[in-house]
Amino acid sequence: MGQTFTGSAPMQRQSPLRHFSNLLYRRPNLYLSLLLIPPLLWFGAIYLGSLLGLLWQGFYTFDDFSMTVTPDLTLANFGALFNPANFDVIRRTLTMAVAVSIASAIVAFPIAYYMARYTTGKTKAFFYIAVMMPMWASYIVKAYAWTLLLAKGGVAQWFVQHLGLAPVLQWLLSAPGIGGSTLSTSHLGRFMVFVYIWLPFMILPIQASLERLPPSLLHASADLGATPRQTFMQVILPLSVPGIAAGSIFTFSLTLGDFIVPQLVGPPGYFIGSMVYAQQGAIGNMPMAAAFTLVPIVLIAIYLAIVKRLGAFDAL
Amino acid sequence: MTHAVQFTHVSRLFGEVKAVDRVSIDIEDGEFFSMLGPSGSGKTTCLRLIAGFEQPSAGSIRIHGQEAAGLPPYQRDVNTVFQDYALFPHMNVRDNVAYGLKVKGVGKAERIKRADEALSMVALEGYGARKPVQLSGGQRQRVALARALVNRPRVLLLDEPLGALDLKLREQMQSELKKLQRQLGITFIFVTHDQTEALSMSDRVAVFNKGRIEQVDTPRNLYMKPATTFVAEFVGTSNVVRGELAQALSGNPDAFSIRPEHIRFAEGVAASRDVEVSGVLHDIQYQGSATRYEVKLDSGQTLTVSQANSQWLDTGAHHQAGQRVTVRWAREAMIALHDAPRESPEIAPCEAH
Repeated sequence: MGQTFTGSAPMQRQSPLRHFSNLLYRRPNLYLSLLLIPPLLWFGAIYLGSLLGLLWQGFYTFDDFSMTVTPDLTLANFGALFNPANFDVIRRTLTMAVAVSIASAIVAFPIAYYMARYTTGKTKAFFYIAVMMPMWASYIVKAYAWTLLLAKGGVAQWFVQHLGLAPVLQWLLSAPGIGGSTLSTSHLGRFMVFVYIWLPFMILPIQASLERLPPSLLHASADLGATPRQTFMQVILPLSVPGIAAGSIFTFSLTLGDFIVPQLVGPPGYFIGSMVYAQQGAIGNMPMAAAFTLVPIVLIAIYLAIVKRLGAFDAL
Repeated sequence: MTHAVQFTHVSRLFGEVKAVDRVSIDIEDGEFFSMLGPSGSGKTTCLRLIAGFEQPSAGSIRIHGQEAAGLPPYQRDVNTVFQDYALFPHMNVRDNVAYGLKVKGVGKAERIKRADEALSMVALEGYGARKPVQLSGGQRQRVALARALVNRPRVLLLDEPLGALDLKLREQMQSELKKLQRQLGITFIFVTHDQTEALSMSDRVAVFNKGRIEQVDTPRNLYMKPATTFVAEFVGTSNVVRGELAQALSGNPDAFSIRPEHIRFAEGVAASRDVEVSGVLHDIQYQGSATRYEVKLDSGQTLTVSQANSQWLDTGAHHQAGQRVTVRWAREAMIALHDAPRESPEIAPCEAH
């Protein structure tokens, strides 16, 4: 109506900061590189560089007699991984990692399903906290606590006795491969501790994948004549596979690398993690430790390839 | 003859809210029936009650004579086309379409054959191997349609299926849906908030407002004889006249409605049955096929007048805003209105058949 707009006034006085942010706005690539250079430097130089440096040491020679490392390149360390004793360590760790991943998925799925589909607001927050709270406690404290819980005369045994299940426990502990003299020195006990400790890493990805599942898909399935069981098998389970895969990558790789639980719970015998720890800590055989470090990396690469082949990432 | 779907005093409460409030409808077999209303009027809840995703709090729902209350969705002979299509993202188009047959145990060769037939019915031959994400919105919608029709349901429910499509595609799909419905002879129950869509496709339309049905009628009757103020205002554009002005114009204090296109500018001598009123031309909107005028009457009320631009030489071009005009309409064009639906509007006879 009689108003004139004097829009040029704010354009003239510009602080250097405004000038800089305008420059970043005009050149998105500059903005992106400023953001990415520090983490890329960290990731490239410090993380990947040191990892490659470590693996390179796997080719060095360790002199058993003088207990010294010489930079003479050899494949002997990698060959030694296939010694019966070392291969046994790898096989034992791998079996445990697979068993723990499967059991975690089975235990986590109902919890994740309940969280995603039936809780809202405060109940959902309660479940999030309940799932994550154990992660706030020190890992070593939890592992030690489990040795006491599972020990002879411990809480676990007390419960088993009062439920009248002592013969069942005895039968389990005498089974080869999973048994031991008590729960805390058995494979079964070690397996239970692993499942307990890694469970949140399985629950949360499955919960996230179920949360993303639109309710209309479940309605559509029922509408087309599928019973709840068919809907679960044909729709819910296939669409939660990416979550199960993501969770199992955590449980699998964390079990492969762990070196504390195998020392505290279960029968004697090294795991890959405790073997690396022993080789470089007690013995000082850095090349052999480096060679062992390669094992989980290769196993996880194979695992990812299998998971991808099974189509777990197709629905992402 | 049994009805395809019959609601008898059906209510659905969500806590204190009556989403559906004592609704009774009879939907004939083979009919294209629309449920029209603003969002939150209860039309989608009615659809979900038929599909079985909701259970009624009170009343009875019969599908082809069989009581449906308590039956889960997978035991009902109805299929739904969802608003967001709800295609299974991990299956290709053919597996999506064949899903209903698969869960019912139809053999593989048979279900592939029928899925491909259903795809060709919606003009998507050769798309069977694609994933839903590789399709456009219009194509996904056709897959959703094929997926529902492959089961040969006796009643097809459509929950605002055209809402996400652009105007041209929507108009095309409207005529295709109508053609498909005639060809298959299935009962279509179509939920929409778009009154043009409801009028152009349906045999009959139920107008919903606040969980109740205001009127069930043919599109023509709905437009020409709206039973309530709500219907008059929701379906098309209406000038609703009340109070003193109504008394002065019609000789009756009841509210009445007059359609914008039934009003014309006074030229020559008025016929004896004509009603005349004058005011100031307030605003002119040129809309292509028609021109819309806002006339501010001396009583303060605004009337909307619409004139078709049916002549090439634009007859309305000489009107200007601010000009004083007299408008008139035939007394027969005035529709007496009631604020609330009369009792039992649901037993309205099915005049389309």
